[in-house]
Order: sequence, then C-alpha cells, then structure tokens
Amino acid sequence: MPKVFKRVLLLLTVASLLLISLCGCAGDTDNGKKDPSSAQSDELSDGSSVTVGIAQDLDSLDPHRALNAGTSEVMFNIFEGLMKASPDGGVIPAVASDYEISPDGKTYTFTLREGVTFHNGNAVTLEDVLYSLKRCAGSESDGTPLIAAFSNVADIAADDRGRVVITLTEPSLEFLNATTAAIIPQGTGDSQATAPVGTGPFSFVSYMPQNSMEMVRYEGYWGTAPKLEKVTFKIITDVNTLVMGLNGGTLDMVIHLPNTVAAEVQNNFTVLEDTMKLVQALYINNSVKPFDDVRVRQAMYYAINVPEIIDFVCDGAGVPTGTSMYPAFTKYFVPELAHKYQQDLTKAKKLLADAGYPNGFEMTITVPGNYEQHVDTGLVLSQQLAAIGITANVQEVAWETWVSDVYKGSQFEGTVSGIAASNMTAREMLERYTTGHSKNFIKFSNQEFDDVVSRAMTTMDMDEQVTLYKRAQEILNEQAASLWLQDLCDLVVMDPKLDGMTFYATYVLDMSTIYYK
Amino acid sequence: MKKRNWYLTFGSVLTACMLVFIALGFFWTPYDPGALSARDKLAEPSLQHLFGCDQLGRDVFSRTLNGAGNTLIIALAVLAVGFVFGLLIGALCGYYGGAVDATVMRVCDAITAFPSILLAMVVIAIIGPGTYNIIAALGILFIPSFARLVRGEFIKYRSRDFVHSARLAGVPAMRIIFVHILPNTWPVLLSGLTIGFNNAVLSEASMSFLGIGVGPADASLGRMLSEGQSSLFSAPWCTLFPALVVILLVLGVGMVGEGIRERIR
Repeated sequence: MPKVFKRVLLLLTVASLLLISLCGCAGDTDNGKKDPSSAQSDELSDGSSVTVGIAQDLDSLDPHRALNAGTSEVMFNIFEGLMKASPDGGVIPAVASDYEISPDGKTYTFTLREGVTFHNGNAVTLEDVLYSLKRCAGSESDGTPLIAAFSNVADIAADDRGRVVITLTEPSLEFLNATTAAIIPQGTGDSQATAPVGTGPFSFVSYMPQNSMEMVRYEGYWGTAPKLEKVTFKIITDVNTLVMGLNGGTLDMVIHLPNTVAAEVQNNFTVLEDTMKLVQALYINNSVKPFDDVRVRQAMYYAINVPEIIDFVCDGAGVPTGTSMYPAFTKYFVPELAHKYQQDLTKAKKLLADAGYPNGFEMTITVPGNYEQHVDTGLVLSQQLAAIGITANVQEVAWETWVSDVYKGSQFEGTVSGIAASNMTAREMLERYTTGHSKNFIKFSNQEFDDVVSRAMTTMDMDEQVTLYKRAQEILNEQAASLWLQDLCDLVVMDPKLDGMTFYATYVLDMSTIYYK
Repeated sequence: MKKRNWYLTFGSVLTACMLVFIALGFFWTPYDPGALSARDKLAEPSLQHLFGCDQLGRDVFSRTLNGAGNTLIIALAVLAVGFVFGLLIGALCGYYGGAVDATVMRVCDAITAFPSILLAMVVIAIIGPGTYNIIAALGILFIPSFARLVRGEFIKYRSRDFVHSARLAGVPAMRIIFVHILPNTWPVLLSGLTIGFNNAVLSEASMSFLGIGVGPADASLGRMLSEGQSSLFSAPWCTLFPALVVILLVLGVGMVGEGIRERIR
C-alpha cells in the first residue's frame, strides 16, 4: 500500500511541477511584452527580421505555373509584372513605366522603366520582357497559355522605339490586369521552380517544402526599399500550432487567422481585422446527381442561414456575397444578391419535393482541414441542411488532396472553400464558370451565362461591361450554381512592435511596407 | 492474512466509475453533442452547461460523454481485432513452431519496427479516414504485440507434461491449443489486454488529435483536445474535461492491469 501512495505522490508532484513551470513561462512572456527594453524583446527585433506563419504550402515557385491564391499572395513580394497590383484594387506601372491602350482595345504598348534590375543583378532588358510574356502565352508549354488571359494574345513584339507591343485577338478592357504576370530573366523558365528570380522588393533565399520559405531585402530594388531585412514564411497547416507559435515567440505575425482564436491572442498582439478578398461558398458539383437539378440547389440555398454562418465563424464580421464576387470589387459587386435567398424552410422543402426528393438525401461536404473557418462552416451548413432532410457528412481532407481531387479533379459533391482572384478583374471571378473552362471545378454550364460573360469580355464600352458582368452574377445567383456565402473576415495578428500593414483589395500580402516601430 | 491488492481495488473502482459515466452517454446526454449554438460560443461552465461550451457553442459535457463513448468503442474494437488475430497467430506459431513461425514473427518484427502512429497515418492516407478505417488500421498494428505475447506462453507450455500426455492420448491439436493450453495463459493475457486497451485509447486519441481520426462532426476525446487547443488559455474547459476523462480511464485500467500482475506473482 505505501508503494501505491508513493507513486501517486510522485505523479502529483511531477504534475504540479509541470503546471508551475507552465505558469512561469506565461509570466515571463507577459513581462517581456510589457517592458520593451527587456532582453527578450531586443532579441526578437534583432536584425529586423520577421517570421510569418502561413497556413498553406506553396504549390509552385514558378510564378507562371503557380495556381493557388495562397502562393501568389506570398510571391507578390518577389515578382513583379509590367504592372503590379495597388492597394485600392487597381494596377500601377512596375517594370513598365508607362503604358498606352489603343482606342480599339486591341493593342497595348508598354514603355520599360529605366534602372530595373533582377535579383541576380542584371538589368531588365527588352528581351527578358518579351521572353517572359511569350512564356505566359505558352512558348515553353505545348502552346497552351500558362496564364489563361494570354489566350487572347495574337502577338508580342517590340517596336522601333524599344517598347513592348501586345496585340490581342479580341478587344479587351481588362487585359492590363493580366500584365501583372511576372517578368523573369530570359531563359530561366526551367529554373524558376527551384530558384525564382524576379524584380520585386525581396529576393528569394530558400524554400523547404511543407516547412518554410525565406526571402531577404533586395538592395537594388527600383522602388521604395522595404524596411525589413529578412522575412521567413513558416508553413504551419494547423491553426492551433499557429497560435502556439505566436504565444511561444517563434512567429511574429500570422495571416488569415480565424476569429475563433482571436481571444487567445488579442492581449499580447496587434489584431487587425479585414476581409479576405475571396468568396467562401458551399461549392456544388453541378454535374452529379442530385445537384444537376437547379431546384435541389435552390432548395439548399433556401435552407441555409447565411447570417448565422457569419455569426459562427466570423463573429458577424464577414460580408455576405450571394454570388461569385466579393464586396471589395465595388464596381461590379451587386449587394442585393447577398440577400436574395432568405432562409425559408417551407419553400426549400417544396422545391426539394418538386425535384423528387421529399425526404432529402445524403451528401458529403469535403473541407480542407487546414482551414478551420471552412471546417466550421461545413459543420454549421450540415446542421442547417438537416432541417430539410439533407444529411450532409463533413469530411476533412488535407489541402493537397483538396487541390488534386476537388479543385482539379472535380471529385466531390459539395465543398466549402474560398475562391480568390489572382488579378483585380471581374472576369477572373466569373469567366471560370463558363462551360468547359479549365477552372470550372463546379462544372456549371449555362448558355445564357456563357453568352453574357463572353460579351462582357470583349466589349469596349465600360458601362456595358459592368452591366453584363452584373447580369452574369445574377445568373449564378438565380441558378444557385453554388451556395455563395461570404467574404470571410480576416485577422492579421502581429507583434505589437510591428506596424505598416497595408491591406489590398486583392489577395496579396505586401511585406515591403511592414516595419518595427 | 492476505495482503490487500490495492491496485486492483482502486483500479476496479475507478474503471467502474468511468464505465458508468461513459455508459450514461450512450443513453442520455443533456444536449445533442453535435448541436451548434452561436449564442453559447465558448460559454463558461454553468448550471446549464456543466462543462461549458466549445468554439461552436456545442455543450462540452454532452460531447465528453459522447466522445468518451466513441473513443471507448473504437478502442474496444481495435483491441478485439488485435486480440483475436494476435491470439490465433500467436497460438499456432507458438504451438507448431518451424519455418512458418519464423516467417510470421519476422513480419511482426517488421510491423513493430515502425512507429505505430506513423504506420497508422500511412494506412489512413491510403484507405482514407473514417471510423472503420481507423479500427482496421490500428487493429492491424495491435496484432504483433498480442501474437508475441501468446506465442511466448505457448512455447512455454507446449513441452509441458500435460501437453505431451494429451498428445499421446490422441487429443486433436486444436483441442490441445484452445482447451488445454489457452486457459493457462489467461492471467498473462489479461494484463496484456489492459495494457493493450490503454494503448488503444491513447492511439485513438492521438490519431483524432492529429486530425486523421474520426470526422469533424463526430466527437472524440482526441478531437476535442485538438479543437480546444486554440482556446487553451481563454477557454480551458474545452480541453480540461476530455483530458481528465482520458487520464482517469487510462489510469483506472492501468491499475487493474497492475493489480492482476501482482496477483499472479
């Protein structure tokens, strides 16, 4: 008997020691945060380097081949195109210093900026620019453009004044946004995936898959030099590990943290709130039964309660969209669509019965497990859909699986995720749902939608274009092509000593403006 | 007077309490363990919600009851798979010996050589997540340890006189294995079972904790720990109670195992 008590006593002692040491740790960090002159904070700001936690791995370092918004978001710091995104959602000249668009909208002429150099030290030449643009148009692949918007390009050439002239097949008002495609040194196409070289404010140092990406300030940058010397992106797919990284001091900053963990960090960190500039939706595979029936999709839309979802996952801070466009696109966004489907269970049940499913059915909602927001949304949706007899099983998959099976392979019934635009055009958010488009992973197909979008893409009348794109959004909403939910709230959490975060209207993270106070 | 077996007494009482608690969850939970409520997000423990609520407003008490049940069922199923196959393989290998025995044991060695969670993750990556798949994956991993245990016992007994005489009397091999030898191995097997049970509970919890266990809608002690982790300091009740249940359950069964071993000695 004494042996037992001895062991229990030992166990208790060890447990309490552990507890005490944990409390001790917490106390230390608190002190460090309150007193900026303490040794610990000196160490943190050492060399003005910042470690940023990101939730998803980079799919390719090659700027022309990367597909994920999460990749281009980060690589925005390394690469620049002739034009680059500006915070307000427009584009500003970067490698080009000036541009001209012919009145018929078919010829774009760019004057190159003097004194722009690549990270390898070489000056950007006309040949480099032509090489890069031709690569985007498919010169190094089997002729298919690496960047979809370049399928409209008829010719890329230089004129006698050393300017770059891009001629289009169809007139386009929006092509300027596509020229944000990265300019890379001539002949480096094959090595970009392992050793990216661009003209951006930061130059690439190293990348370890599923672990980290490192970049340093490029001293020869043509524009305003960044204040930070070194930025390390840590790839941490688990939100709890991200929070622990912040609290433990290994991370200085985390982007895209869900609201549910805000309480855990708000005392010791600066928490900035914004929206993510994407459309979160229950994306539905329109090509499989029973979702090929518009009544089923509408029934589901009437069954769910979007404000409640926003309350759950964003504490009310998300913005409902109602269609494939996010509110930051003020020119094209149609706010009324966000409230078109109000929860109405009677109507939902009737539509479902009309479609031949009076007792509902069973479906699977696939969610990428590294995004807590999407997992939680899936759970809320599952509960709401149960009210009309639809049993929705939420299945978690790894991000890589989600990309290969769901996004590229369309092997799914429903999935909760966010779709962002790689450049600030309405086309980017809408063309993808035209019949047979390579990014149309929901397999939506509607003749009127196809017509409206193709007319919008080629018109040279800005007002008409806006009207047409708005009409296209209405069709997506009427057809309930997917259950469009919201532009998610977005938390950027950073060390209180950091400042200078610039929010963009597009899905990019600009590290060049961030500095230590 | 015989010395009291405190391990067995404490362990049995603790285990019984935990089993009653878990059994309660099969018949009754105060709330639907999956029901979300925006109003009760991260609500503190109160009379309405004994253990508080998690980040989606689900009642932690109901989820702990339900999750403990799920964990228990998975652990028992894993144990059953591992035990039944381990017993068969171990008994046959131990009784007959020879080349087949050597081959099978090397395969078992190979399985044991991998860290078990890693191997389970590989299996789940191939056959996909889901309750039955976890049972299959973990079950297979539990076979070698039981097989080895049973084999050792059978080697010990196969050259005993009572086995020899049974064989000379013409008793069929299967009868010798299961009727003559097996009952003798029970004490060792029982304590092996309790250790195996604890390992199964912890394995299931770790798998769900790592996000490769049960689905997001299901409650499981490991999954609750992982979900509550992000609010560990602001809402400790989300992790405290499931953690306590794991600890008490494993402690109780572990003490029973220790008690059984002491009794054999």
